[in-house]
Amino acid sequence: MNDQVTISPTTLSVHLTINGRDQALEIEPRVTLLDALRDRLNLTGTKKGCDQGQCGACTVHVDGQRVLACLTLAAQVEGREITTIEGLADEDGTLNAVQAAFLEQDAFQCGYCTPGQIMSAVACIREGHAGSDEEIREYMAGNLCRCGAYPNIVAAVRQAAQELRS
Amino acid sequence: MRDFSYLRADSIEAARNAAALPGAMLLAGGTTLIDLAKCGVAEPSTVIDISHIEGLNAIDVTADRAVIGALARMSHVADNPRVKSLFPAVSEALWQAASAQLRNMATIGGNLMQRTRCPYFRDPQNFPACNKRAPGSGCSAIGGVTRGHAVLGVSEACIATYPGDLAVALVAFDAEVDLGQRKLKIEDFFLAPGATAEREHDIHPGEVITAIEIPGSAAARRSTYIKVRDRQSYEFAAASAAVGLELEGDGRTVRDIRVALGGVATKPWRVRAVEDALKGKALSEDTIRKASELAMEGAVDHGANHYKIALAPRVIARSILKLGETA
Repeated sequence: MNDQVTISPTTLSVHLTINGRDQALEIEPRVTLLDALRDRLNLTGTKKGCDQGQCGACTVHVDGQRVLACLTLAAQVEGREITTIEGLADEDGTLNAVQAAFLEQDAFQCGYCTPGQIMSAVACIREGHAGSDEEIREYMAGNLCRCGAYPNIVAAVRQAAQELRS
Repeated sequence: MRDFSYLRADSIEAARNAAALPGAMLLAGGTTLIDLAKCGVAEPSTVIDISHIEGLNAIDVTADRAVIGALARMSHVADNPRVKSLFPAVSEALWQAASAQLRNMATIGGNLMQRTRCPYFRDPQNFPACNKRAPGSGCSAIGGVTRGHAVLGVSEACIATYPGDLAVALVAFDAEVDLGQRKLKIEDFFLAPGATAEREHDIHPGEVITAIEIPGSAAARRSTYIKVRDRQSYEFAAASAAVGLELEGDGRTVRDIRVALGGVATKPWRVRAVEDALKGKALSEDTIRKASELAMEGAVDHGANHYKIALAPRVIARSILKLGETA
């Protein structure tokens, strides 16, 4: 049914700063940050769930703010600081407080949503939206867990928030 | 998603010029445009990235008015202390919308341009008939599954619900949208479908939203947004109400009241019949409930969405009662 003349897609040269490292990419304009991370840069910690902005599995930080990589064009975030789950632990492997709390609280089953949950939780605590279980549930609502590990996820976020406050 | 060419605009003027190109669409937060491009609903030939334009994200709030730049993020406006104290319904509408990630991405200007969540509109492959997408092709929702569809402002061409929350609060408080060359009331900016369901906004190619302005008022200071939905969070409204209330010195007679509905109409829906019925009256639960029923004058259901006709007046009444209690 494709009787239209297809103009060959132009390629863009895009420079991204991911986990403190500069990355140069040649990509089509339509390539999302999620696909660039997973398919071009082998950073597969960021997961593709729904690819429609509904599940939160692809949550990353752009300039410190949690966003969805599946609805972000890679070209759009040139010049911004991008942090993925791979950039969360210290250089020496010491886990971020949220990562450690997810382990201690057994806050996952299959683990597929976990990188997105953790990236979201780090930002949630930093925003000051982890003051009570009710607030944690509301502000973590954009991260779905099909295994239903929610009670343990809330416990992990609560524990990490307390540790980071003290 | 079809490919497109990508242009970055560094100024409003550049954005206006580029937006006038055939097939061009503006990209700010991307939460609507990229989503709809993936569904095959939006097929831009050129995407104009306006998210890097400087100076368009200011949030300037005084008791007299709030001026919110088009590129301010939903999350920043929701958390702004002066918005919270002077326009609580605006903050509440924002934090109850979408998810924290989407609110960090989505801009205020883009929020006004959000499209309906009508599942037939979003699925061109399985439902070619949609007057919003293809004028004259028909409406797949009429005769389909209508649980989420509108009961107010509907036409024979379209019954798609306006999905947003912010604009419901904005119409309640007479906000205006600034298009640079002209300003218009938010209420007039949104268009009911009538026979032209494809036109949802009074905006033309080459126009760019630069800001919204909300006049301050006693009713805006004492306001709330209540959103009733199928799950507690991260869901569109089954019915929602933005209400503002100003009482006389006696603490019970209504001097000013604003009422608008979301989740039940084809556009953000101001309900002046309810306001007029309560102005000058002493508040009582009975008076409030009777007046709230007036919001459903002219409502038309399509079967599965009949419940909205019963639900919406209760959401209005609950909102007014909540504000009355805080006297």
